[in-house]
Amino acid sequence: MEPTNIESPDYFHKVVDCQWACPAHTPVPEYIRMIAQGRYADAYMVNWKSNVFPGILGRTCDRPCEPACRRGRVEDEPVAICRLKRAAADNKGELNGRMPTPNTNWNGKTVACVGAGPASLTVARDLAPLGYRVVIYDREHKGGGMIRSQIPRFRLPEEVIDEEVGYITALGPELVLNQEVTSLQGMLAEPYDAIFVGTGAPRGRDLDVPGRAEAAANIHVGIDWLSSVSFGHVEKICRRVIVLGGGNTAMDCCRTSRRLGGDDVKVIVRSGFDEMKASPWEKEDAMHEGIPIFNFLVPRSVTHEAGQLTGVWFEKVAWQTGEDGRRALKPTGEPDQHFECDDVLVAIGQENSFPWIEREVLDFDKWGMPVVGETTFQSSNPKVFFGGDSAFGPKNIIWAVAHGHEAAVSIDLYCRGQDVTLRPPPGVTLASQKMGIHEWSYDNDISLDERRKVPLMETTLALSSIKNEVELGFDEHLAYAETQRCLNCDVQTVFSVPACIECDACVDICPTDCITFTANGEEPDLRTRLKAPAINFTQDLYVSGALPTGRVMVKDEDVCLHCGLCAERCPTGAWDMQKFLLNTTQAGGCR
Amino acid sequence: MTYIAKPKFAHPSLQPNAVGYTRRDYEGRVSTLCAGCGHDSISAAIVQACFELDLEPHRLAKLSGIGCSSKTPDYFLGASHGFNTVHGRMPSVLTGANLANRSLVYLGVSGDGDSASIGLGQFAHSIRRGVNMTYIVENNGVYGLTKGQFSATSDKGSKSKKGVVNHDSAIDMVSLALQLGATFVARSFSGDKTQLVPLIKAALRHKGAAFIDTISPCIAFNNHAGSTKSFDWVREHNEAVNRLDVMIGRSPITAEYSEGSTIQVEQHDGTVLTLRKLAADYDPTDRVRAMGFLQERAAAGEVVTGLLYVDPEAEDLHDALGTTSTPLNELNTADLTPGSAALSDINASLR
Repeated sequence: MEPTNIESPDYFHKVVDCQWACPAHTPVPEYIRMIAQGRYADAYMVNWKSNVFPGILGRTCDRPCEPACRRGRVEDEPVAICRLKRAAADNKGELNGRMPTPNTNWNGKTVACVGAGPASLTVARDLAPLGYRVVIYDREHKGGGMIRSQIPRFRLPEEVIDEEVGYITALGPELVLNQEVTSLQGMLAEPYDAIFVGTGAPRGRDLDVPGRAEAAANIHVGIDWLSSVSFGHVEKICRRVIVLGGGNTAMDCCRTSRRLGGDDVKVIVRSGFDEMKASPWEKEDAMHEGIPIFNFLVPRSVTHEAGQLTGVWFEKVAWQTGEDGRRALKPTGEPDQHFECDDVLVAIGQENSFPWIEREVLDFDKWGMPVVGETTFQSSNPKVFFGGDSAFGPKNIIWAVAHGHEAAVSIDLYCRGQDVTLRPPPGVTLASQKMGIHEWSYDNDISLDERRKVPLMETTLALSSIKNEVELGFDEHLAYAETQRCLNCDVQTVFSVPACIECDACVDICPTDCITFTANGEEPDLRTRLKAPAINFTQDLYVSGALPTGRVMVKDEDVCLHCGLCAERCPTGAWDMQKFLLNTTQAGGCR
Repeated sequence: MTYIAKPKFAHPSLQPNAVGYTRRDYEGRVSTLCAGCGHDSISAAIVQACFELDLEPHRLAKLSGIGCSSKTPDYFLGASHGFNTVHGRMPSVLTGANLANRSLVYLGVSGDGDSASIGLGQFAHSIRRGVNMTYIVENNGVYGLTKGQFSATSDKGSKSKKGVVNHDSAIDMVSLALQLGATFVARSFSGDKTQLVPLIKAALRHKGAAFIDTISPCIAFNNHAGSTKSFDWVREHNEAVNRLDVMIGRSPITAEYSEGSTIQVEQHDGTVLTLRKLAADYDPTDRVRAMGFLQERAAAGEVVTGLLYVDPEAEDLHDALGTTSTPLNELNTADLTPGSAALSDINASLR
């Protein structure tokens, strides 16, 4: 193998698994260390700069960082990254001037954002401080988009939304609320220099089975119903409720039902339990509240009497491999099963909907989605940019934020007449953490503790009101203990060939057998010849140049604990622990 | 050294051996030696060898004297028996322990000061008596604990860290061991575990006095130009006579060697030592020629390593003394006081 190019920002970035997995590339270990030091406001700002909604995401994020966390590969559970983020938000106290102030020098450019959800708010936050005039349109009476309409209050209190939306509106964008944009053509006629579309995936997929129309009064589309609950239009549901679907919206629907009068609530899902789209913890939370989940059942028809819903018939299915070798859900032939109920909530998916965009203004693909540049977020109309669910279909808040940052970079480049395809490189620093002999600026003693559970409100109390936040969050002690589980993967093991005397000290001390000195070879061969086989192919090998004996140093990054013992045992300083800090460049950051 | 103990987390592929222990279970406490010390590599090689031999940790006793080398038994085999004895007196304590309980595996760990100076007599007598043990000398050519004075194994003409030239002749412990009748003699290098680990395994399975001289560079005081115990010097002058594969029991021989390129030696316990020849015509079962070869190569400035001599039919001190096959702590009152009838028989036999 060629020696690893550690000058490339991607190499060490990939080693920081959590940051690499985060769509917004939040420097996770950096803020976790700040929490450990009690610097909650600083930790909050690291998050705020990168993911804009730390308090909201600390409660609702889909957490792509946690399955990626290296800790999950050396023991059972990853670090509770998401809930630590919330701990930073909960404990931050006064921000004391850390927030940017509104820019009163208008740069002469005006940007319109359609929709006041996370993507548009991110665009506004990135552009307003640069001197842009930003105008945000939304059909609801408050900003926040799906954060406010679809996430139930028992998971995300309204004050948190108000606070974090407020930090952005304080930067000076104009909010035009209670106003639905009905024509992109009309918007383009206004004197806007660029238009950002962040309208989400606002249409819930409906159920199409016999009896649907007759029993319509008691069958509701999940996201619309959640929105009605959030805005106080719906306050009750009947006693027996069936929720159809296996995603996070289904979990929100069933748990909301339990709080609005449903005492016999079931989730019924077409696929198997394991293949459900809902995050594992959301399924756990639902079951914890006494909601059973039935799987492998496909709705066939709705039963009703005198216009009153009485139940749903389901066909039993199972995974079967067809003649074409593909696995599909096929009927088992067992008799259909009837479940009685008074209300049905349909949460079987969401779709994009662009009735307000004239097709001659910009190009759409055959699936009815706008054609959008994957890195630029620019549509075929150079003045129009997309982000969030409206760009590439339904995802999560953190993706909307990441899209918003990139779209803001594009809009800034576009408004200044520059090429939007030339993306600014990230800001990277790599600095030794050595403070003295065997002393580092980070705590390199590895905690063996198991993951802390977030304390919950007692169930009866939690179910008594939709406004009771069920998760109580980590207190300072729990948060500190959990921070100690972080392996500080951003503190990198950096190897110097000229300094190495090949004494093997690092090989002997490495607790996870990451380091090998051996003859060079091709990667597949090398992976089998290491002190411990490198079987995780998603993780890179760090290969040095040739050493005096002709061998090379090969380090498998997979389960490195970043404990620094290789560097402590190295007599010549050939190993050094260096902190890699990467910040993605946001709009205006690389001029 | 580090102040932090090695974290318990291990690589997910780490497997237990036949007696249910992982390699990590054979480790000891955190080492207090200097960063990069060759002795730590030897400790790691001992850990690896004991793991691969499926040794139960409580069936092994590790004994040492005084010095950097003799501190190391604290850093490996944390679940084994240990005795950190008086300076240079490890061999006699080991001999006593061995006579009392012959069922344990004995590992003596010593240094060039402990064995070639203050303990030279003890070393010599334990070897010539054929005590069943593995005797490892971690040989760095200096007194590391007292700031790097020349030891008795420093080569004549080599230089200290400050540039002083050594005018005393060196004691070659390998030649001594051969001359004293050791039945397993090897030399190796802390920087070459692929050579060292099989040698330790073979020695631990050898019946009789097995001696391994292991050159172990002292990073702090003897790893400079002018030293003949430095990483660079040993790597440049290392002349390995063979490479060893150790086969235990009837495990199939998987590697293929061309004819005439290997020598196979079967030890008492059935261990098969397969030696891949590196020096043509080197016969590790010929003590006299081995001694000549060593002198010749040493005169040429080379450091000969590998399994230099093995007597697969060796006998040990217990055989010579005709001692009971039962460890003394397992002998009961009836065994020890057989009664007047037995005494009469003995008396009768002497009449």
